[in-house]
Amino acid sequence: MPVSLLLNGKHVTLDVEPDLPLLWAIREAAGLTGTKYGCGMALCGACTVHFEGRAIRSCITPVHSVAGKSITTIEGVAGPLAQAVLQSWQKLEVPQCGYCQPGQIMSAIALLSQTPAPTDDQIDSGMSGNICRCGTYVRIRAAIHDAASIHKG
Amino acid sequence: MSSGTQFAALDRRQFLKAGSSTAAGLVLGFWLPQRGGRFAKAQAGEEQHAFAPNAFVRVAPDDVVTVISKHCEAGQGIHTGLATILAEELDADWAQVRVEPAPADQTLYKNLQFGSQTTGGSNSIPNSWEQYRRAGATARAMLISAAAKKWNVPKIELLADRGIIKHELSSRQATFGELAEAAALLPVPAGVTLKNPKNFKLIGAVRLPRIDCKAKTLGTAVFASDFSLPGMLTAVIARPPRFGAVVRGFDPTAAKTVPGVTDVVQTPTGVAVVAKSFSAARRGRNLLHIDWDESNAETRGTPELISEYRALLSQPGAIARRDGDCALAFSRAARTLTADFEYPYLAHAPMEPLSAVVRLSANRCDIWTGDWDISGVQDDSVRISGLKQEQILIHSLYGGGSFGRRGGDASQAVEIAKAIGGRAPVKLLWTREEDIRVDAYRPMYLHRLTAGLDEQGNLIAWQHRIVGQSVLGDDPGFIIDGIDITSVAGASNIPYDIPNIIVDLHTTRSGIPVDQWRSVGDSHTAFSVETFLDDVAHAVGKDPYQFRLELLSKDPRNKAILQLTAPAPMGQSLFAKFPRDRQVMQLAAEKAGWGTPLAPGRGRGLAVHYSFHASLAYVAEVTVSADGSVKVDRVVCAVDCGIAINPDVIRAQVEGGVAFGLGAILYSTISLKQGRVEQSNFNDYRVLRMSSMPTVEVYIVNSEEPPSGIGEPTVPPIGPAVSNAIFAATGTRVRTLPLSRPS
Repeated sequence: MPVSLLLNGKHVTLDVEPDLPLLWAIREAAGLTGTKYGCGMALCGACTVHFEGRAIRSCITPVHSVAGKSITTIEGVAGPLAQAVLQSWQKLEVPQCGYCQPGQIMSAIALLSQTPAPTDDQIDSGMSGNICRCGTYVRIRAAIHDAASIHKG
Repeated sequence: MSSGTQFAALDRRQFLKAGSSTAAGLVLGFWLPQRGGRFAKAQAGEEQHAFAPNAFVRVAPDDVVTVISKHCEAGQGIHTGLATILAEELDADWAQVRVEPAPADQTLYKNLQFGSQTTGGSNSIPNSWEQYRRAGATARAMLISAAAKKWNVPKIELLADRGIIKHELSSRQATFGELAEAAALLPVPAGVTLKNPKNFKLIGAVRLPRIDCKAKTLGTAVFASDFSLPGMLTAVIARPPRFGAVVRGFDPTAAKTVPGVTDVVQTPTGVAVVAKSFSAARRGRNLLHIDWDESNAETRGTPELISEYRALLSQPGAIARRDGDCALAFSRAARTLTADFEYPYLAHAPMEPLSAVVRLSANRCDIWTGDWDISGVQDDSVRISGLKQEQILIHSLYGGGSFGRRGGDASQAVEIAKAIGGRAPVKLLWTREEDIRVDAYRPMYLHRLTAGLDEQGNLIAWQHRIVGQSVLGDDPGFIIDGIDITSVAGASNIPYDIPNIIVDLHTTRSGIPVDQWRSVGDSHTAFSVETFLDDVAHAVGKDPYQFRLELLSKDPRNKAILQLTAPAPMGQSLFAKFPRDRQVMQLAAEKAGWGTPLAPGRGRGLAVHYSFHASLAYVAEVTVSADGSVKVDRVVCAVDCGIAINPDVIRAQVEGGVAFGLGAILYSTISLKQGRVEQSNFNDYRVLRMSSMPTVEVYIVNSEEPPSGIGEPTVPPIGPAVSNAIFAATGTRVRTLPLSRPS
């Protein structure tokens, strides 16, 4: 049963079961693999995408619930804030294995769009839904501060 | 992989035979003497053509320098590390360097310490150090020769600088790319001179961007779970509810009614459901009816195993180390201290659950995987498919974390591809639940430590008993006199100057699979040794730092040790070069402000540990709230890992090792009830999250010693440093891990 949505600014119609988690619609039906499977239960944040600008866990979001709505994945992030985050991530060499990083970045962009100059505590609470087993947390924290200062200009 | 396998076939000598040419530029191949008679013919073919894999470096006419990495990248930064070493000796510009994973070819790409093509044991850098330097230096020498010939000038007048060969006397220069074709036609020099480390430009550079950073930031890095082929099917496996259970029979009828499910097939590890999508495969699996034969399954749970282990704690085990006469010393001791420790099974839980893609045909099997055991996957695939080794082609992709997992499981996808007759390419995905429930775990261990003190408070006797499963199993090459070195590493080679020492081991057996987990034996031994040493220091009224300084005042390599059971080649490296442990401890203590006052409720703890040829000391600062909750605020680390190839990667590994080790000691446990694993996902297998991450400061000791690895040795000292800090803040010691348990 086809489900239509606005994926990274493009209208797409995906031939999927309506209760399919959005994650698998994005990865398998739309072929965008930057968004990752890590737990399937909204416990790790690897699947984080933006729904109308807010961070959501795509692994527990039925695709029908976002029909007709705008979804942004790591492949589609744009704008000065997103650019600042991507730039800071590279400047501070955040990734190790890299698997969780798209989810971390999507959460970081969402956090900064709500809280443009977060404190360490705000970063900790905003980012604690995203697990990194390589333990890049120190650099994620620093990159978010860095992106905040770049974006502020 | 483990420290225990470091003694396998040490063979650092390589024979560089010849690199010949094609129009595509310079390619260098290396041949190993035991496979003699194979002459080098190098060719820059783009696929796995017969000769192309023989290369470590390719210089193309477009100035791209491609370094072939024989080690797998799972986040530890080895692609960047190997490229740095080779590019240094080549004098390449970092911006022109690319990395390509090596194909499966054990002859060319074996780990020189393990003897097979595999990545682990923090030995990727040390085993490749000389090999990759020589490759770079040889390519550089050939480019210089090509320029000398072209301009008809003596080689000595030429220099290589950031991808350019220069003749300053005549103001001529040419890029590597411009010289590549001519260089490839030249004979390969028999010997090359390596740089004096004082002249290193890339090695040790403050800022050298990681090769994989951009792709991993933009989400374009390809992991095996991301890889796909036209017509590919996706499979999941229904796995046994208990370890050792096997399929007696199954009914696929209901599973096959799920739209998209194409096959339901039995494999050696369970029943695989194959479908057009992951979701369909998983739905099909949920509808499977499987009759499991559990007659040979492990039915003991954690409580049963613990009581069996406890009984062994009071019986002598196989001796791993003996100095002096402990029995006599204890009989004369004025006082003794004793403490028991419990360490749980631990899962690896890398962020990317296991995955592999296989395309099987009558004469070829292609495997796309992040698996680090390339030789193991290739050998298993030969056995499964009946094809020849050279027909198994492995395409190494980024591994989404490893920590000891992702070692050989990729061949399970070959079993499925074979079961469906190679009809379509197959991607095998593990769910997180399988990842947690069907891992090969860090074993559960129990320890008992006893210390004897004389009238003056001197530590005169030290007994350390360990009970638990062997990671290396029954491999006779690795078990010596009943000792699996990986069970006692970090306990039997303590560097402290104690006159009487005995370390013994009970190796237990169970059906619960176990394997290496980041830092292997040192992941538990360091906690026991370093926290118990603090207890002894407090018992005699000494500052833990001063107490360690006294115990680290002599070179342990000069001590008369009656017995220290370890594979012979490890003998040279069982202890750090003196006084490295002492130096890193002093540096960490100084940087952390050891001895300066802290507010009430706060505490500072120290631990120092040598493993995988690296010495690290951590000072942790914690705050313990009135409700007993612990926050680790700050960790100061001093590390000596020999020459620091990429200082920023080393810092990243320390930060990550702190997080990995801290998560384990605070939160993680795998427990079993009647043989069934009780945890299944990140809700009950808890790991460290951002909110519990301390700040981390890293100080790297300048060294001219050959480099060690850094992935594993960052883990062991964090647990004891934090436990010692909690003790300093509260006077309370918890010896059953994890420290924070759900009530």
